Order: sequence, then C-alpha cells, then structure tokens
Amino acid sequence: MKWRPRTGPEREAAVPVAGEFERAVLPHLDAAYNLARWLVRDGASAEDVVQDALVRALSYFGSYRGGDPRAWLLRIVRNVAYGELAAHKRGTTTSLDGVGDDDSSALQVADPAADPEAALARQEGLTQLERALAALPTELRECLVLRELEELSYKEIGHVTGAPIGTVMSRLWRARQSLARQAPTCGNEGAQA
Amino acid sequence: MSGDACDEMHLLIQADVDGELGPAEAARVRAHLDRCADCEAVQQGLLSLSERVRRDVAYRPAPEALIAAVRSRVAAAAVSPEMAPVTTPAPRRRPGWIAPFGGGFALAACLALAVVLPGGGGRGLPDAVVAGHIRALQPGHLMDVVSTDQHTVKPWFDGRLDFAPPVKDLKGGGFPLVGGRLDYVAGRPVAALVYQRRQHVIDLFVWPDGGHVGRGPADSRRDGYNVLRWSWDGMAFWAVSDLSPQELADFVRLWQANP
Repeated sequence: MKWRPRTGPEREAAVPVAGEFERAVLPHLDAAYNLARWLVRDGASAEDVVQDALVRALSYFGSYRGGDPRAWLLRIVRNVAYGELAAHKRGTTTSLDGVGDDDSSALQVADPAADPEAALARQEGLTQLERALAALPTELRECLVLRELEELSYKEIGHVTGAPIGTVMSRLWRARQSLARQAPTCGNEGAQA
Repeated sequence: MSGDACDEMHLLIQADVDGELGPAEAARVRAHLDRCADCEAVQQGLLSLSERVRRDVAYRPAPEALIAAVRSRVAAAAVSPEMAPVTTPAPRRRPGWIAPFGGGFALAACLALAVVLPGGGGRGLPDAVVAGHIRALQPGHLMDVVSTDQHTVKPWFDGRLDFAPPVKDLKGGGFPLVGGRLDYVAGRPVAALVYQRRQHVIDLFVWPDGGHVGRGPADSRRDGYNVLRWSWDGMAFWAVSDLSPQELADFVRLWQANP
C-alpha cells in the first residue's frame, strides 16, 4: 500500500470560505425547511431535501457571486425537492410539475388520489386553508408559499422557480383563486376536520 | 369579477397588493378602484386571503435536530482545506464535508489496517479496497480529477493507467459521478471512480481482472464499510461505501444496467 500525496500548490491554499458560507446561508435554514416541507410529502423527506440542498450549496458556493443568499439557497432547495418529487412519482397526476407552464390552461386542480401532495393534504390537524394549499399543484403552491410565507418579490420568486415574472404572476393569481374557492371564509374559518 | 375591461386589471391589482408597482402604476390602479366596485372587491378579496394565509398557514421552521446536523457539518467543513476555492479545469463537485468524517477515525483505521493487512492475494482484497477507500477520505486524497462529466473523467486516465476504465454517469438514478483518482490495490495501479449518494461517498475501483490478482467474496463488510464485487468485460469492479448494503446494491444494479 502506498500513501500517495495529492497535495499541489493549488490544493494547499486553505482559504476559509466555509465561515462565509455559514454566515451567508445558515440564517436561511428555516426558509429552506419551510419551502421543502411544502414541496415534498413529509417532514423526513423535507429534512433530507434540506441536507442534500445544503451539501449542494456548499459545493456551489465557490461560484456564488453575491445577491440575496436566501433566494440563492431556496433555488437549490427547490431543485432538490423537485428531484425528490420526480424520483417518487408513480403513475400520473393532473398537476403540472415544472414541465413547462401554459398560462392559457384552465385552473389545474390536483388529483386527490395522487401521492405525495395529497398525503400532505390529508394530514390531521391542518386548517382548511392548509389543506387547500397542500392540494394545489406544486408549481402554484410554491409561488404562493414564496410570496406569502417568505415574502419574496416576484423577481426573487422567478429566480427561485426559474419562471419568468409573467408566469409567476399568473401562477400566484391562480393559486389565490383556487384557495379562495376551496377554503371560503363563510363559517369555516380555521375549521379542522 | 365582471366586465371585460376589468379582467385586464386583475394582475395589476394583485401586483399592487403585493407591493410590486411603482408609484405611477399604483396611482393608476387606485384611481381605477375608486371608480370600480368589482375591482375594489377583487382587491379586498386578495387582501383578506393574504391575511388569512399568513395567519392560518403554519410556517414550518427547521427542527432543532436538522439545524444542529447542518451546523456541525458546515462547521466541520471549515477545518478542511477541501473547502478552498480551487480553480480546476473541470466543474467542481467537492464534497469537502466528507473529510471530517474521515478525520481522526480514518487515520487510526488506516494504521490499524496497515498492521493487520495480509500481503496481496485474493483473500486480502476486501481489506485492501476498504483501506484504499478510508485513506481516500482523508482531506485532499479523494480525487485527482474533479468532474461530474464522464467525458472528462474517462480520458483523464489515458496515459496514467495501462487500461481504460469504463466511466458511467448515474446521476439520473441518484448516484452522481463526482470525479476520479489513481489508486493502488494490492500493489496494482487501479482507477477509483468517485460517486456520491446524499452525504455518502462511493468508491468504485476498477482494474483488469486477469485472474492473477485473485478474487474475493462477492460481498463483504469491513469496519462499517460495505463492499460489493463483480466482473464484467475482463474488468474487476469493487464498490466500497458506508452506504447501506441495499443502497450499494442499488448502485451496482444501476451501473450494470446502464450502457
């Protein structure tokens, strides 16, 4: 057995970028988990998504050129989450999953028999509004979560989702119309069943 | 909503509610809402829904355990020179966070293995490949060529080995290629292809299976690492990882199934 040293001049540079990474990215762990949680089916998967996303972010950090670190991280989280969703897709659902977007299509309603989004929707202890949100097609739900819960701008949402701003606006509108329709306020405020 | 003219307004009204409009546009919208009860209702609907969402939809913050796990991993990476921004010709995929897991344990394990390892021969091969894997987890030792592109990694071995290892990209199956290195097993130079599965490293050692190097058991376990071996097209393949045996078997199946 031989020890084969692989150090060379470029590998011996010990620039501590990890500290920069910590400062830039760790404050946004909550945002990362919240987004992951609303995109994938359960808490355990969301934790995996966040861990994988942080690992990827660590390796991408060398090419990070400034800008909002939260949006930068959330874009990575979103892509990891979609990868996870694609890997677990079985059969077809009526929801679009980031495969192009047609603004002219009618409102997409998620198939309640479809996993995994519907599984989230059926959980106990969710408000009616949360169930309606969980039942939205993923690409509508993510826009709403990023706008209402993370308060990202349209431009930032476009950066995270990879969608043009016009598409973001359209998806937000459709998400809100769907929520208002499926969780009307009359007498059902905060109902859990 | 009613009225064709107002249908064009809904996205503007939404943008106003979301604070996206500049002052001139916002003023135009407000002026319209003063005149149009339907659009005013649209705005009110958006405002009240937004309020309900922020009140009724749980913001799910990261669990403490997750925060702690991520913090420790990132902090551990801080002591590794693998985190240095190195310019290489290939795109970087440097799992520098692996190094701290190697750290002190790997050094001790290597010393222990160096003492007990039998010299060469088929029976010692699982030990040799695991030792090679552990040693590679030391900072700076995992990869000589860092690239996720099989068309970069494969030719890198030209001129460095007397055989051409097959290199496959298994990213579609969740096992991305991250790079490769030269290594030695039982005194023989071999190719080590490095794959990643979540936070786990998989070393796939490849060398010509001329028979004289000997064979080992098809699967074994050493020091918490799982090893799977197979032969194909005159080459011996040894996959080593701390992945579970099931997932490592998935990796092997995926490799074998892909061209």
